Amino acid sequence: MALKTEELVLNMGPQHPSTHGVLRLELELEGEVVKNVKPHLGYLHRCFEKHAEAMTYPQVIPYTDRMDYLASMYNNFGYVVAVEKLLGIQVPERVEYIRVIMGELQRIASHLVALGTYGLDIGAFTPFLYCFIDREKILNLFEITCGARLLYNYMWVGGLSHDIHPDFVRLTKEFIPYFRPRIKELNDLLTFNKIFIERTANIGVLPVDTAINYGASGPVLRGSGFRWDLRKNDPYSIYDRFDFDIPVGQGLVGTVGDCWDRYYVRVQEMEQSLRIIEQAIDNIPDGDVQSAIPKRIKPPKGMVYSRVENPKGELGYFIISDGSTSPFRVKVRAPSFVNLSVLGEMSKGHLVADVVAILGSIDIVLGEVDR
Amino acid sequence: MFEWLSDLTGNQILAAFISAALPVAFIVPFVIFAVWLERKVSAHMQDRLGPMRVGWHGWLQTIADFFKLIQKEDIVSSEVDKKFFNMAPYLVFIGSYAVYAALPFSNSYIGSNIDLGLFYIIAVSGLVVAGILMAGWASNNKYSLYGAMRSAAQIVSYEIPTALVILAMVMFTGTLSLAKLSDLQTSSFWNWYIFGGPDWGWSKLLVLPFMLVAFLLFYISSLAEVNRTPFDLPEAESELVAGYHTEYSGMKFAMFFLSEYGNMFAVSAIASVLFFGGYQSPIGYIGNSLGISWLVPFEQVFWFASKGIFFVFVQMWLRWTLPRVRVDQLMTLCWKYLIPYAFVNLIIIGIISLI
Repeated sequence: MALKTEELVLNMGPQHPSTHGVLRLELELEGEVVKNVKPHLGYLHRCFEKHAEAMTYPQVIPYTDRMDYLASMYNNFGYVVAVEKLLGIQVPERVEYIRVIMGELQRIASHLVALGTYGLDIGAFTPFLYCFIDREKILNLFEITCGARLLYNYMWVGGLSHDIHPDFVRLTKEFIPYFRPRIKELNDLLTFNKIFIERTANIGVLPVDTAINYGASGPVLRGSGFRWDLRKNDPYSIYDRFDFDIPVGQGLVGTVGDCWDRYYVRVQEMEQSLRIIEQAIDNIPDGDVQSAIPKRIKPPKGMVYSRVENPKGELGYFIISDGSTSPFRVKVRAPSFVNLSVLGEMSKGHLVADVVAILGSIDIVLGEVDR
Repeated sequence: MFEWLSDLTGNQILAAFISAALPVAFIVPFVIFAVWLERKVSAHMQDRLGPMRVGWHGWLQTIADFFKLIQKEDIVSSEVDKKFFNMAPYLVFIGSYAVYAALPFSNSYIGSNIDLGLFYIIAVSGLVVAGILMAGWASNNKYSLYGAMRSAAQIVSYEIPTALVILAMVMFTGTLSLAKLSDLQTSSFWNWYIFGGPDWGWSKLLVLPFMLVAFLLFYISSLAEVNRTPFDLPEAESELVAGYHTEYSGMKFAMFFLSEYGNMFAVSAIASVLFFGGYQSPIGYIGNSLGISWLVPFEQVFWFASKGIFFVFVQMWLRWTLPRVRVDQLMTLCWKYLIPYAFVNLIIIGIISLI
């Protein structure tokens, strides 16, 4: 006689240590094997897009800070690039260089959090703090520049809120040789650890066609082996002037597109970001960072879609202007949100512990998912 | 110890009570020290300072935490099975406390010098599983239940390699008594079983590598038995929140904590008795060379505690270095690697002890 069995529904979150915020996952389990994953969103919804309609264009910038709060610089970057495109203005060289340096520093900081918390998800506590020590150094650089450590409101339409600090160039140059060996240390401690590889290789394999079908971008897409980076494929700002590589997943320890590949793409991207900073830091031209800021931002009627390569993926801003001082509509294509949609596809048939590993490898920030 | 106390007090019940209470006098200060040590070890490994405010380098921190835990509200959710929920932490604690009864702290203090000491320890530590299962089931929480099921599977599986290693040691030494095992490894560290035991000759050289293997097997499986990283799945915080003790608060949680640290020392102590001479000093006794014989037992307690704490330190070291394995990998490691190796080791050590 067959015993009556039923699937166990386990609610993971919204309060759970490793859902990276207030995400709720409804897991249908058979034993410890996951049959289905349903993400429930919206616990952190703050109506950013609707708010933006009531604000003038510069007033929207602090709101963009609060989307992906681990990469605020880059959210500013994406927004100001979009508005500048709408206005059709050119910003001074100095501003472009500083924006790129800040953006790449922010990318390293964001990846450090991603890698550190990923270690935490797998059960290694120490790499997390090592990553945070290094992130702290980057936040110090931001702090001397604009006074803020998390939400910067630094990039303004047509310019920057502050010029860089006189010490900034020196401190950044000190940071680069300090940080390179730290990446190696992280690799020794976590990346090539046998247990870590056992936990992440061949787990949550995302084939490249599925990744494209779901619209995944950033390290999630590149981890699957597809060389797609907007800094190279659709260059904005002055990224076409720098020489850097786009790391992709190669299946070094498992299958192409597994959790380890997505993780390792981030590690390699940090090195590439250092290369960009190295090239940019010596060539910052002189000038005034606020000269191009318009007195009154009143774009002509029209619409614009502009995208940048955020640490998490393709961050797009779609802005409709009705000719007034505030946008008629702002829509954000949030990379975390789109990448999160692949979770169900990747987790089926894995264990509960793997769902945590897969979710961590997507690197979501709920502020951006829910907006 | 018991005889000596009953002679002293003239009352058997009082003597039994005192000798049963003595391990508590060791466990509680040890746990307070070990929790502080764990914080300090983790802090220094992670480039931080750890507790610094309460007392010199924060040594009073754990005591402050202890008082905080006593004052906390004892939350019992309305959906729990109250009888089992309340019983479980004490059962877990009894399981780890009972082990201390047979640990030889020195040749004049053993709670109960029974001949079947090793056998007894394996048996009573099984109580911990019952307590954990009870806690997980009674909590009426899916995470707790998962933690408890994992824990039961894990501890039961890993008892096999542990028992096989202990069996090999019993065959080699011919005794199950922990006190006798310690006595055999007397006078110098070269007589410890990790270095092949006290019998000089070619058999010592022959058995030495297998003793090293036996120690490694024992240590790995003891890590799993006390739920320490990389085998801390029952309380894997990134998956199961806090595992079987998710629903516990206040003093009941402290009981789980106490027994976890108590267990850590217990397995370390057994490892040191089996392989590292137990309470025997590696370099001889100051008491003997000065002619003060009452000093010797105290020195033995010192050596026993230091060896135990050293292995506890290694457990902490591993915890703050390694990630956690997955539940199926844990079982693979046990059944496909540890148990076959332990079997082969058992046979080889058996053959060596025959010839």
